[in-house]
Amino acid sequence: MIANVTIRIQQADFDIAAEIAALTRERTDIGAVVSFSGICRGNDDGETIAALTLEHYPGMAEAEIARHAETAISRWPLNGLTVIHRVGRIAPGENIVLVLTASQHRQAAFAAAEFLMDYLKANAPFWKREESAGGTGWVDAHSRDDAAAARWTKS
Amino acid sequence: MKVKYFAWVRERVGKAEETIEPPPSVRTVDELIGWLAQRGETYAYAFEKPRVIRAAIDHAHVKPDAMIAGAREIAFFPPMTGG
Repeated sequence: MIANVTIRIQQADFDIAAEIAALTRERTDIGAVVSFSGICRGNDDGETIAALTLEHYPGMAEAEIARHAETAISRWPLNGLTVIHRVGRIAPGENIVLVLTASQHRQAAFAAAEFLMDYLKANAPFWKREESAGGTGWVDAHSRDDAAAARWTKS
Repeated sequence: MKVKYFAWVRERVGKAEETIEPPPSVRTVDELIGWLAQRGETYAYAFEKPRVIRAAIDHAHVKPDAMIAGAREIAFFPPMTGG
């Protein structure tokens, strides 16, 4: 079974239906696709957000996501996965990130999608800058994101 | 070696990347942070809390005690907030 892996970092928005179609095209072995999209919220702890600007580390961001994709494929029986992360200025309501996982059965697809998102949040080199009425500032990392990633580590 | 800075580390240092030649006594990532912090006010500000700073060597995350010998590119940045 060859897993179909797509990893992209781009400024442009993505079309979720088109990405699912690309992942499953000409395959009859896939029984489940899980889709997660991260969307820019219009407020953060009660403060209205005008926009986010996403910065990344070109080269390392792709490499880090690829490492997580390989780990996911080695842990779960996946037919394929797609990770698309946007960079640049993103307004509330717009997409930020897409994770798709495809498998024969839903359990693997659900688990792998959650694993990929948890690892991406804690380890992929992206940084959010927030614009609000009070000015602009870098978003602080949450310890809950590190904890979410850590729970996948085998002891 | 080439050094890159991202997010508020980049803003505080005042540049995105540069080429540096630390002395041979600087062997680890932690020691390199200490050496960089002494290069001027902007660096001192960027690296005032060394424990917060994350590092990568040649596109892979490393811990503060990682050796820098042979590194082509070292990056310093705050904890990540993507996704």
